[in-house]
Amino acid sequence: MRPIETIEVPVLIIGGGPAGLSAAIELGRRGIETLLVDDKHRLGGKLVLQTHRFFGAAALVWAGTRGIDIATKLETELRTFASVRIWLQSTALAVFSDGRVGILAEGTRYVLVKPRVLLVTAGAREKSLTFRGNTLPGVYGAGAFQTIVNRDLVRSADRLFIVGGGNVGLIAGYHALQAGISVVGLAEALPECSGYKVHKDKLRRFGVPIYTSHTILSANGGDSVESVTIARLDKNWKVVPGTERSFACDTILIAIGLDPVDEFIRKARDFGMTVFAAGDAEEIAEASAAIFSGKIRGLEVARALGRDVGEIRKEWYETAEILKSKPGTTTPEEYPEGESGVFPVLHCVQEIPCDPCTTVCKNDLIHLRVSDIRSLPVFAGRGEGKGCTGCEKCVTICPGLAISLVDFRKDPEFPTVTLPYEFLKESIETGDRVTVLDTGGEKLEEVEVVGVRAIKANDRTVLVKVRAPKAIARRIAGLEVQEGDVTKPLARYVERTADDTIVCRCERVTAGELRSRIREGARDINALKAVTRACMGSCGAKTCTPLIHRIFREEGVSEEEIVDQPKRPLFMEVALGLFAGSGDGAEGGRP
Amino acid sequence: MSAARPYDVIVIGAGSVGTPTALFLAGQGLRTLVVDRAASAGQGSNKEAIGGLRATHSDPAKIRICLRSLDIFAAWQEQHGRSLEWHKGGYAFAAYTAEEEATLRDLLVTQQAFGLNIHWLDPKGMLEVIPDLNPDGLVGGTYSPDDGHASPLLAAQAFHAEAVRAGAEFRFRENVTGLAIEGGRVRGVRTDCGEYAAGVVIDAAGAWGAEVARMAGLDVPVRPDSHEGAVTEPVARFLEPMVVDIHPTDTSANYYFYQHATGQVIFCITPQPSIWGFDQRETSAFLPMVARRMVRIMPRLKNLRVRRTWRGLYPMTPDGAPLVGWAREVEGFLLAVGMCGQGFMMGPGLGEMLAHIVRGDLAAKDREILELLSPYREFKGMEKLK
Repeated sequence: MRPIETIEVPVLIIGGGPAGLSAAIELGRRGIETLLVDDKHRLGGKLVLQTHRFFGAAALVWAGTRGIDIATKLETELRTFASVRIWLQSTALAVFSDGRVGILAEGTRYVLVKPRVLLVTAGAREKSLTFRGNTLPGVYGAGAFQTIVNRDLVRSADRLFIVGGGNVGLIAGYHALQAGISVVGLAEALPECSGYKVHKDKLRRFGVPIYTSHTILSANGGDSVESVTIARLDKNWKVVPGTERSFACDTILIAIGLDPVDEFIRKARDFGMTVFAAGDAEEIAEASAAIFSGKIRGLEVARALGRDVGEIRKEWYETAEILKSKPGTTTPEEYPEGESGVFPVLHCVQEIPCDPCTTVCKNDLIHLRVSDIRSLPVFAGRGEGKGCTGCEKCVTICPGLAISLVDFRKDPEFPTVTLPYEFLKESIETGDRVTVLDTGGEKLEEVEVVGVRAIKANDRTVLVKVRAPKAIARRIAGLEVQEGDVTKPLARYVERTADDTIVCRCERVTAGELRSRIREGARDINALKAVTRACMGSCGAKTCTPLIHRIFREEGVSEEEIVDQPKRPLFMEVALGLFAGSGDGAEGGRP
Repeated sequence: MSAARPYDVIVIGAGSVGTPTALFLAGQGLRTLVVDRAASAGQGSNKEAIGGLRATHSDPAKIRICLRSLDIFAAWQEQHGRSLEWHKGGYAFAAYTAEEEATLRDLLVTQQAFGLNIHWLDPKGMLEVIPDLNPDGLVGGTYSPDDGHASPLLAAQAFHAEAVRAGAEFRFRENVTGLAIEGGRVRGVRTDCGEYAAGVVIDAAGAWGAEVARMAGLDVPVRPDSHEGAVTEPVARFLEPMVVDIHPTDTSANYYFYQHATGQVIFCITPQPSIWGFDQRETSAFLPMVARRMVRIMPRLKNLRVRRTWRGLYPMTPDGAPLVGWAREVEGFLLAVGMCGQGFMMGPGLGEMLAHIVRGDLAAKDREILELLSPYREFKGMEKLK
């Protein structure tokens, strides 16, 4: 048994995702000795699960590039800096009152790290949801799904239903379709999806019904998920009787939002350490925002160590805020006039922080309405000067798949429409008849495919050309991918009667059990915990705490009345022998 | 004082001692109020206790109190329906040196004289009771099969529920700000929410007991030190007794561990020198310190994963025994403080005695034995194996 060593470093970064990598790059540039730990086997955090192209500002955060490729770019740059040490498969277990951070290094040894500055970029965890059958095998988080499908390349489902219409849920649906998994539907409790409209439109175009103002009632099945039951909600969030519907599916993804992984920051602050946070660990937002806030925080860390980093520009902080923006106003779609030449149609009608299309036009024909990346892009090329040449760059780069190109030059009656198509090139070929759809997924007509090519320079994105009557050409935004049959409800809805709504998964504590204690007057989560064992499992109450608060809310108990349980180490269960300093086995005998 | 009908007794502190005390007071028909600043019972040091219950002390008063506690724990589920996860797994003190053997054998004489079921086991006997104990250098140990363990979390909640059923009132989230004392007699308690009248006030404030005693103008020698503890993941039962290793090292004194009814191993260590004060923040020293020692004495533990750690307070007295008895300076003020980290195991037995003290019907034998815990006794050095 070796003694547990303490390593002193100027900077410790917990989490090698977009924020941590960006911060480490800034520190590396300045030659500041930094230790970056991440619990996964490669850097990039959740970027490595993101096969889609990113939104945001092209010049600042690689908008238009796939998330996984952004991870590689960041890692490649980071690895050029000798002052940054990287430990993979290394989990931060606890922040201690003496300013040391306990780390299970490379999965094999326990070390204490004492940083002068701690930067927490540990990201987010998925929120859970309570409903009957919520722990049946086949119910899991959208992030877990992306890990299995996009990272591990396992097709874990055949028929998927998604709960939650934020970006995570919408994108997970898109990823599923790309992986050849049917998406039966998506339910969102709000009257409108909170994610980007371009993501929602993509799903709709691919034939996925989106049920807004709907909630999940139950996951049904014996040993695993066989179907899902949903129902409509009224204005007071109550289920409307008679609106229950069930759909056959084998997997239900929960994508109702994220919570920051903030326990390290809270402890470090309590213990008076110099600590910063960036990315989702600080505030839940897009990865593009995490990249940018990480960069700023890297400079702030350098400054906290006494380095002269100059003034951090005010505009940077403004940009960081802009990248975090929620979707803004949606305007009705307008189609450009004219039946000659070639021009793009921008099916982009909702204000989101995104600008790649404005950066690729060699004749500079696409502009933002005002100089704010949240404003809508406009095509300004129908006037004087060099017009659109039909280079298709804007079609290729739009991460929302919201630009098509209409070309009247060959045949004014049957123009060619170029559409982005992020599926295998082999799945479509010239001569195929395909159904084309408008932005929102309404079927237009069946038309002929006249060309399919992969753009090597843009990560082999496939462009499909169809020949369409001029009357509908401008409206075409996509191709039908998923046939309608999988999305049909079952003839009768399935009612799950078992009271098996689990709140604490570790200790299998039901909502009913907690509810009855709350009705008896319990307001202290410590007391609920003592009696029911909720919060006492291996996850460290990370999943159930928000759910318990939710039950309190449902029971009409205000937040002020609730007493939370203290958060205590460890972040993850670790074998006792590792704390004893043993790697492979402990020697016997007494000291 | 407020016009409300006065209570017979007000207990300050709904912890290991106060909660069962309220149960016995109310059970004897006394109008009882318990005040605690936490939001529910057992939120001070009770929940930090690891759950060991033993009568095998060397102090006659502690032995007497804990024997009664053990009876109460053992009978609880049958009497009240709720499980306290009581398990009669025994206690085993292991000896690896002649010095440790001598210490343990020395105590054995006293313990056996009090009729406790405890005896010396040779190495073979120890390994029969604890098959996973490291046999290298094992000299033997004492084993007391009638001791055991239970869940402090469940116990506090159960004592509270039964106390309420018996008629006791609890006021949580109320901070005691002062005592009402008139003519050398306690008249009640003031809190940040109101005033409550009673002829008897019991100080059962645990680690904060000295603070409450000061409100009565008393200076009691109780001050807390802190120990850290931890719980592992659950595994199938492999260990019956609480294992205690009394061997001191540079940084720690004794430590102990047992397997709870849930299958989890719970452990705790005594740092050396003591860390005095109320700091309950996690230290980086704890896990390496305790893990090294546990893995040495029971190598099999190395693969068991640690789930959670915490740090609790031991309200210490100069000799390691509690301070129990009426204050001489203020009539009606009853001290029940300084449990020295053994409040959980003494709570029920002591609570029953406190109820008798209040009613004035304490058995003569108990009265005699409680003299040993008098707050006014002369302190003569620390008890061995506190």
